[in-house]
Amino acid sequence: MGAGHAHRLYRHGHSPVHALPPHTKLAAAFAFVVVVVSTPREAMWAFALYAVLLAAVAAAARVPARFLLRRLLVEVPFVAFAVLMPFVAEGERVDVLGLSLSVSGLWGAWNVLAKGTLGVAASVLLAATTELRELLLGLQRLRLPPLLVQIASFMIRYGDVITDEMRRMRIARESRGFEARGPRHWGVLAKSAGALFIRSYERGERVHLAMVSRGYSGSMPVIDEVTASRAQWSYALALPCAALVVCLLGWVL
Amino acid sequence: MHVPDGFINPPTSAATGVVAAGALAVSLRGARRELDERTAPLAGLVAAFIFAVQMLNFPVAAGTSGHLLGGALAAILVGPFTGVLCVSVVLLMQGVLFADGGLTALGVNITDMAIVTTVVAYAVFRGLVKVLPRRRRSVTVASFAAALVSVPAAAVAFTLVYALGGTTDVAIGKVATAMIGVHVLIGVGEAVITALTVGAVIAVRPDLVHGARGLEQRLKLRVGGELVDVPAAAPAPAPAAARSHRKLWITGLVASLVLAGFVSFYASASPDGLEKVAHDQGMDKKEQRHASAGSPLAGYGVEDVSDARLSGGLAGVIGVGATVVAGSTVFYVVRRRRTAAPGSSTAGAA
Repeated sequence: MGAGHAHRLYRHGHSPVHALPPHTKLAAAFAFVVVVVSTPREAMWAFALYAVLLAAVAAAARVPARFLLRRLLVEVPFVAFAVLMPFVAEGERVDVLGLSLSVSGLWGAWNVLAKGTLGVAASVLLAATTELRELLLGLQRLRLPPLLVQIASFMIRYGDVITDEMRRMRIARESRGFEARGPRHWGVLAKSAGALFIRSYERGERVHLAMVSRGYSGSMPVIDEVTASRAQWSYALALPCAALVVCLLGWVL
Repeated sequence: MHVPDGFINPPTSAATGVVAAGALAVSLRGARRELDERTAPLAGLVAAFIFAVQMLNFPVAAGTSGHLLGGALAAILVGPFTGVLCVSVVLLMQGVLFADGGLTALGVNITDMAIVTTVVAYAVFRGLVKVLPRRRRSVTVASFAAALVSVPAAAVAFTLVYALGGTTDVAIGKVATAMIGVHVLIGVGEAVITALTVGAVIAVRPDLVHGARGLEQRLKLRVGGELVDVPAAAPAPAPAAARSHRKLWITGLVASLVLAGFVSFYASASPDGLEKVAHDQGMDKKEQRHASAGSPLAGYGVEDVSDARLSGGLAGVIGVGATVVAGSTVFYVVRRRRTAAPGSSTAGAA
């Protein structure tokens, strides 16, 4: 895999979802998450329907279930937090398996788990079907300030370089017998971070000079403008629209 | 602490989104001034640095480790506006690319982890640097304090957001205790690492540390066995101005600390009163809890009081931070208006 061309979450493919313009996918994912978050938590069946919708998108994008499920592990810290909720929340209590749990806490835990998982799944699907460069173009197309997009693109491009530099420093430390065992070794780690900052900053200055000498004047020219046809928009927005119907049903029923 | 979707209700998420967008707009303008037109590549590389540093785990005790949040570090190394931008971009990319933090919670995450940490850290840092003697050592000390305060401040901000729009009715006191308690511990680690990192950078390239600008040692010449200051063209008025302002800063900080003390005293006193009322009103409820919780609860009340004191003290510290922010805003506005031309020329030279 070429460095800087793809990110870890991207999964190469030629599905119809891959082919959609990036800004339609971004808008669809965002709208979908907004709809999911505003669904009442008592409508449990609605969340099952959302999961089915996402599974349909995953099938259309030919993203295997195992890939998707493994990426969902990002969420584990919140699962731990959500599990704590029924124990600490207020309100009336029920006995489940001999434990006294709060009813509203159980609802809260369900709320965070369901909505959080669906949100993470939507983001994972978006990242798995959209290349990095496309994603940034899509963000720019959605009127994110160009300067912010440039900063993000530099961060992404040089993220691997800086991370590699840090990895090399770690290898150098370890090959000299260093092993961070406790607060006594914080000094060494901090000196590494300081050295890393100086290297990043100096690299930034060099990159800036290189850009200026090639005619950079504050904004990057956009040569590959992305556009979306009406059909592509309607195809992408099918997901949030279906979700919206489910959400409205959830409020009505 | 990346907030996932569904944790905060939609209206509050939208409101924090507006706050975050406004702060980003201000930072975009400010960062151009801080980095003098080199914004994009430099801020991008600094964002990549923050991203990498967040992967740097430091061992806390046997088996557990924490990682740097980087808000304070970014503010001190590259300035508050660029710091806000960099941490926000990192959060945005983490949300979109790595599904770390919800898309709808982006506003909450940016407000909480990018804006509050950076602004509080920079305010504390600036205040301390003005007060402490003008030496490199005091920059390190100030960055320690700044990072130490910034992390619990983020926890307080999160608790406030949660109080406004949390989706679960966990008692706000419990959330505050848990969040602040954990984050004070994280803050200590963050503070040590931040201070040491800033110290390491200052030792090699003091000119790169935004917070240490204007602390360079004056060149000295040995003339006939005696050290004499190099006659400089302009720097004579600057230290005089700084000295006169330092007195103002010390007065302001002491005054705000005293005020904060009173505020925290009342803050800790009124919950006690409330608690007493609650205790008188709902004796049976309290009794039940005691019965269910078991015997070793002799220290319950004491623990409660100490929690209140702790939160009161923290409220005081945050109050000082807010005061310093307000004060420094006024100060900078006034100074910028008074010396617009020399200020911009020094920025260009640096």
